[in-house]
Amino acid sequence: MSKYLELVCPAGTPAALRAAVDAGADTVYCGFRDATNARNYPGLNFDPDELAEGVEYAHKRHCRVLVAVNTFPRAGNPGPWRNAIDNAAAAGADAVILADLGVLDYAATKHPNLRRHLSVQAAAASPHAIRFYRETFGISRVVLPRVLSIEEVKALISQIPIEAEVFAFGSLGTMVEGRCFISSYITGCSPSMDGACAPAAHVSYKEENGCLVTRLDDVVMNRFEEDEPGAYPTPCKGRFMVRGRPMYLFEEPVALNVIPLLAELKAAGVTALKIEGRQRSRAYVGQVVAAFRKILDAAAAGTEMPAAAAELRSLAEGGKETFSAYAKGWR
Amino acid sequence: MTDISAPPSARLSIGPLLFHWTREKRQAFYARIADEAPVDCVYVGEVVCSKRLPWFEDDIPAIAERLRRGGKQVVFSTPALIASDREAQIVRDYCAAGEMIEINDLASLRVLAGEKFVAGALINVFNEGAMDVVRRMGAVRVNMPVELSAEAVAILAAYNPGETEMFAFGRQPIAISQRCYHARAFDLHKDACQFVCGNDPEGMKADQLDGRPLFTINGTQTLSHGYLVMFGMLLQLQRAGVDYFRLSPQTIDMVKVAELHRAVLDGAFGPEEALEKLREITSTDFVNGYVHGQAGMNWVEEQVA
Repeated sequence: MSKYLELVCPAGTPAALRAAVDAGADTVYCGFRDATNARNYPGLNFDPDELAEGVEYAHKRHCRVLVAVNTFPRAGNPGPWRNAIDNAAAAGADAVILADLGVLDYAATKHPNLRRHLSVQAAAASPHAIRFYRETFGISRVVLPRVLSIEEVKALISQIPIEAEVFAFGSLGTMVEGRCFISSYITGCSPSMDGACAPAAHVSYKEENGCLVTRLDDVVMNRFEEDEPGAYPTPCKGRFMVRGRPMYLFEEPVALNVIPLLAELKAAGVTALKIEGRQRSRAYVGQVVAAFRKILDAAAAGTEMPAAAAELRSLAEGGKETFSAYAKGWR
Repeated sequence: MTDISAPPSARLSIGPLLFHWTREKRQAFYARIADEAPVDCVYVGEVVCSKRLPWFEDDIPAIAERLRRGGKQVVFSTPALIASDREAQIVRDYCAAGEMIEINDLASLRVLAGEKFVAGALINVFNEGAMDVVRRMGAVRVNMPVELSAEAVAILAAYNPGETEMFAFGRQPIAISQRCYHARAFDLHKDACQFVCGNDPEGMKADQLDGRPLFTINGTQTLSHGYLVMFGMLLQLQRAGVDYFRLSPQTIDMVKVAELHRAVLDGAFGPEEALEKLREITSTDFVNGYVHGQAGMNWVEEQVA
């Protein structure tokens, strides 16, 4: 069955996996309960048995399962990442999503028949980079960094021999992925090695002079007036004093939503849409996936679903949306 | 007979200039480095933004020649983001000329045709597996990610049969982007940026809302607010096998900075004295958190090993 666009959905927990599958995901992605994936937060993720059960549940309903092993192992400790690859293979996962050169090497050598997808954490945004990974490690799909305009996505896809998956909804980083050390600069916790950016344990919210001040450890990330909605203090969404005035220097706390761009993305040759949000609630995942399912099925039939699109807009983070880099002028 | 009990002496390198200095400032800087700096290797080239190249690229051959006459190895640093054919062509041109290059984007590997190269810090060699891959691809020298603790660097330096290089002085690069934040701070876009990054030879401050320092912005790059300074760690890292300590150019007297590092490595004086002498030439904050396994912006008083 050929799909209009494959819908790839976050499965932060076994319950969220079932919710995503039931809501109509074509594919779900998840991680193990340790530092081997980039959403290493308390209360999330799978142990090997839960993954095997999740794979069985998904496969029965014609849904594929991808396992993210997309952080960078620490020197002297390759074990957890190798185990993650081995366990994903043993559980019957359809592919692993990788970034580290050594992990790619291990997977390609030890499990040549396990599909390898290139994580956005590899920050491969050019045909040269993508062909390097293809030729060296036999990757079948690349998750494109969220920094390319649609024209650039189209040009790039025309120059690569593999599938492309793009982010379609949810939070977005503004820096080249996998090489952003801003969170570890402030908290000591590394997204690259620990899989955690701005972890909750380092976050505080304080009422000060009628304003809500958010901090990461001792560092002020933002200050919200009474009438302003607050946002989680991810550092690249913080407000800083620049040239004498406070500003969202890197990015406003907006969410990506590409629904109005679906036809263009399809025309650009994109294979799959990725919904960000393994750290989101099961309810959120169910709602978002169901809305995307309606919209994609309608698009395949040449129609639209304005009610579902409106529902998605209301779910966007901070109530504000962006096309991010897909539209020109982002840089 | 070689005294095999003598510890190998680490070398010093001058990293690629990350800031957008004027032509004149660059020429003056490299002339002093060539003639006066006790360094073994100098990296030349534009890493942050290829838009800057037309301002100074014609001077690069003469600068390289001057550095070589001064006894320095010259390595050409290439862009952190190979996003266009223009950037890929930079890499191709250096290779065609037979030059040693530093790659900062894995895309460059596909442009190389099996030549040897230096792996820059953004290649993300965090572990032995990645080290094996880049060495297989031809890396003769590998730069450590700035996030790594001394402990991790020691493991990798011991594991690496080739050369290991580590960022040891200067504002630490902590992120890079396709988006230009310098332009954004002036309500401009990268395409029509007016080269505002050239206004800030030490980078532009981005502070916390309460005025405390936090970041330095340099075009598309985000750096630490203070200089990494790690005199107290040099000797133990040298013993662990680090071959090159990289000094990243700031506007202060980099010849003096190189002399201070050389003196500590040679045992001419200790790290505390070096720190005092450094304080005489700059009032910029110092940071050293990463190398001590902490948040990068921290400053840890060092116990000398």
